[in-house]
Amino acid sequence: MNDPYETLGVSRSATDKEIKDAFKKLARKFHPDLHPGDKEAEGKFKDISAANDLLKDTEKRRRFDAGEIDASGAERPQERFYRDFADGPAYASHAAQDGFGNNEELEEFLARAFAGGGRRSQAEFRVRGQDVSYVLPVEFLEVANGAARTITLPEGKTLQVTIPEGAEDRQTLRLKEQGMPGFGGGPAGDAYVELHVEPHPFFRRKDDNIHVEVPVTLREAALGARIEVPTISGPVTVTVPKGSNTGTTLRLRDRGIRNRKSGQRGHQLITLKVVLPAAEEPELVAFLETWHPKTQQDPRKEMLP
Amino acid sequence: MMRVDDLVAAISSLQRSDLEAWIREQLVVPQHEAGTLLFTDMECARVRLICMLHYELEIDAGTLPVVLSLVDQLYDTRQRLLSLTAAVAAQEKDVQAAIIAAIELNAGPSAVDKS
Repeated sequence: MNDPYETLGVSRSATDKEIKDAFKKLARKFHPDLHPGDKEAEGKFKDISAANDLLKDTEKRRRFDAGEIDASGAERPQERFYRDFADGPAYASHAAQDGFGNNEELEEFLARAFAGGGRRSQAEFRVRGQDVSYVLPVEFLEVANGAARTITLPEGKTLQVTIPEGAEDRQTLRLKEQGMPGFGGGPAGDAYVELHVEPHPFFRRKDDNIHVEVPVTLREAALGARIEVPTISGPVTVTVPKGSNTGTTLRLRDRGIRNRKSGQRGHQLITLKVVLPAAEEPELVAFLETWHPKTQQDPRKEMLP
Repeated sequence: MMRVDDLVAAISSLQRSDLEAWIREQLVVPQHEAGTLLFTDMECARVRLICMLHYELEIDAGTLPVVLSLVDQLYDTRQRLLSLTAAVAAQEKDVQAAIIAAIELNAGPSAVDKS
């Protein structure tokens, strides 16, 4: 219990009138029924009332000054204030309303909602801003190799997006505190960016492997060759073995997508596709007309009865 | 439940004639039961509040109804606001945040007049 003179803000030699005036002033300011939303008002008012009860009573004041009783000697019994009823569900008789219990959470929500506009300096409420979501179309090679992109949002804000190497289609990136601004000093919300990977004209992804169909000439396939093929990290020279065919698969080790967890790269799988010459080749035609294969071939044997 | 006699005995500053006047003016509304006036706990607290306003804060009898009417309106508004808040609190978090943001927009010093 505080010093009652200090509580009322008066000197030890204050007159009865000074004490009464001081109490009046403080009671106006802190009476809980006149400040229903202020949680601190009740405690303050109790201190003020106790100090007033002690000091307005000449005999008690004399005994306190003489050190015979302490400041708590005058504390009043627990009082139930009008606001305990008026803010409660029983509140009905003076301004009829369907009742709603006084609820700490509701009070807090209210204080939070009006933290910016209120006249009284409430305790500071920090509210996180809203999260926002965007869809970002990205190129196949951007996710295969990783990339940094700057995107401009409709409201003019720009976002730096780092597309991680090996990101997947429909993967969502979280950009911390890049969403709507917070209020009351709270942090901004997060931005969620969903990647929509655009298909590549010839690379196909399957897990960490890249599949690509590579056309080869009849001569390259029959006689073998060293040819240049595209990979996600640039052209690479591969050997087409002699006697390759459409459907022959070549594997380029570690030329696929780097696995985000293991760090291991997948492979590139090249499926060869033999193409006939685009232009007329009379010599080839002449050769085939006189060519007698050593073994009879029936490639449709299994398709027909 | 308390009778007029109980109240006058419990609150040392309370004058019986004042209480009777407040009842006539309907500043407090006791229940009538078999010719006796009975005060609920809430009405007793209201009488204590009126005593504080009248005897301690020296709000005179003529001003008392004005102050009480304002107090009643304050609590009435709080009731509505609390039920509205309960309705908002029952919404999804993003809806709550949107409502808070809209309030901020309307109440904030940086509010822009859209007209």
